[in-house]
Amino acid sequence: MAPHGLEPHAHDENPLDTDFGIQPMLVNMGPSHPATHGTVRLKVALHGENIQDCDVEIGFLHRGFQKSCENVTWAQCLPYTDRLNYVSPMMNNFGFLSAVEKLAGIEIPERAKYIRVIGAELHRIHDHLVATAATAMEIGGLTVFLYAVEARELIMERVTELTGARLTTSYGRIGGLNRDIPDGWKDKVLRTLDCVRSAANEIDGLLTRNRIFMDRTVGTGYLSPEDALDFGFTGPCLRACGIGLDIRKARPYWAYPELDFEVPIFHACDNFDRYRIRMEEMFQSDRLIRQALEKLPGGPVLIDDWRFALPPQETVLSSIEGAIAHFKLIMEGAQIPAGEVYHATESSNGELGWYLRSDGSGRPYKVHIRAPGFQILSALSKMVKGKLLSDLIPTFDTINMIGGEVEQ
Amino acid sequence: MSQKALDRLQRTLPQALVQRYEDLSGAHWAIIAKESLIPLLRYAKEELGFRLFISMDAVDRLQLPVNKPRFEVLYFLYSIEENEHLRLKVLVDEEAPVVPSAHDVFQGALWAERSVWDFYGIRFEGHPDLRRLFLYEEFEGHPLRKDYPLRGRQPLTPERPHGIEEAFCGPGSNRPV
Repeated sequence: MAPHGLEPHAHDENPLDTDFGIQPMLVNMGPSHPATHGTVRLKVALHGENIQDCDVEIGFLHRGFQKSCENVTWAQCLPYTDRLNYVSPMMNNFGFLSAVEKLAGIEIPERAKYIRVIGAELHRIHDHLVATAATAMEIGGLTVFLYAVEARELIMERVTELTGARLTTSYGRIGGLNRDIPDGWKDKVLRTLDCVRSAANEIDGLLTRNRIFMDRTVGTGYLSPEDALDFGFTGPCLRACGIGLDIRKARPYWAYPELDFEVPIFHACDNFDRYRIRMEEMFQSDRLIRQALEKLPGGPVLIDDWRFALPPQETVLSSIEGAIAHFKLIMEGAQIPAGEVYHATESSNGELGWYLRSDGSGRPYKVHIRAPGFQILSALSKMVKGKLLSDLIPTFDTINMIGGEVEQ
Repeated sequence: MSQKALDRLQRTLPQALVQRYEDLSGAHWAIIAKESLIPLLRYAKEELGFRLFISMDAVDRLQLPVNKPRFEVLYFLYSIEENEHLRLKVLVDEEAPVVPSAHDVFQGALWAERSVWDFYGIRFEGHPDLRRLFLYEEFEGHPLRKDYPLRGRQPLTPERPHGIEEAFCGPGSNRPV
């Protein structure tokens, strides 16, 4: 007798055709997972290798940024902004300060504008290098990661010389910068840029025509331009959708109007184009830094207005006015006039916007940060639904979500 | 800055705009009636070209001189063609903190509204999945309200009975299927 279930059947009820009652398999990625970076938990429901549903859970790195800022003076918010996007902290510093300066109606000195451009663009290269390196590493290209980290280390050293810290830069003050560039720094930056450029060319050679890399990234992680706008994409991710919005061009700030650079645009809306945008932007940032170093004007780097900026130390120690200004600024904080402002700068991942509300008390009443990664990450679930599980990794990498700014 | 757009909005939907003003930097703001928020956002998106969803947040006005109604919900939109922002506000009562959800118009509002609910306890009517975003479900209160204490500690919560552990059952784990 044939085993149970294998008796001969009529043609239309073949047991091999019966439904096994397949259930989706629930896979948990994160908050700490070797193939992702950042503390995000992805709950993925799989049907075979296809993603049926993906729930993105954030908040593991939530540190109460807004609440902390509401309880300290304006200047004391600055170290908190380092910890938002910890891959390009100077952009957060300068972005926040620009918004405060706009609220207070302060115009910063020319030299400070140029140094802000240099610092921001150094960190843009840094951020793009890290994003590219992480993308390559997480889909198997460890060599690229090592090249990129070597170049990144050079930038880190320049940043350390400029600001005094590797990650938590806290560079810049309301009304300019806390110190000028160190002696001999210009030449070091130029040499670093040469090294970074050759490393970027290496990475370009290793990835851009690499069969394996292209198979993983071309056509994956697609989101249509309409949806991208709808979700609030900005920066490289939006420019990979064929929409060339760059705040440095659209609403120029600091010294950008005087410098010559292009905004690269790609049209495929996929992971590969997001990678290519980042490679192109590194070369543009390289151009910007070289121009800014060449054109760097002389003069002070901090405004001479003691209501907002600390007086020089010798004045504090030798005059009563200086001592009082110093005391009031440290104890009460800069008195930013009551009002509100929304100001945005172009950070490495897109529009970094600040809505600031002041009640005139020396402390922020409300600090809202519009983190570019927040809006982009909210679209991740839509980008991967119905796609393969292996596409989730490059998609998560190329949108370059930074836990610090998304989770505040 | 967004003056033209607000002029057009005022002509087309006169009952929607409650008040208009300029901030210190000369940017234009509009306070919107809550009922006409969704039609206005849709009009701004489809007719005026404000297609890029920038951001959303709320302000608790408890400690400000004017604090009735207590909350403001802010909307920032951007038009690439006109290169300008649209800054909108809706005033929300403390007693009934409910605003219609804008997720039908802008998908970017899905998470933004969850974060506002999480931080301020303002509900968005019609939102398909209004869970907390940053904090955990057992958290009590809404931390960005001005009456929530800075050092307000919450007790540790017990492990949830049903969660991801279902994914770790079966072969190779010590949990039965």
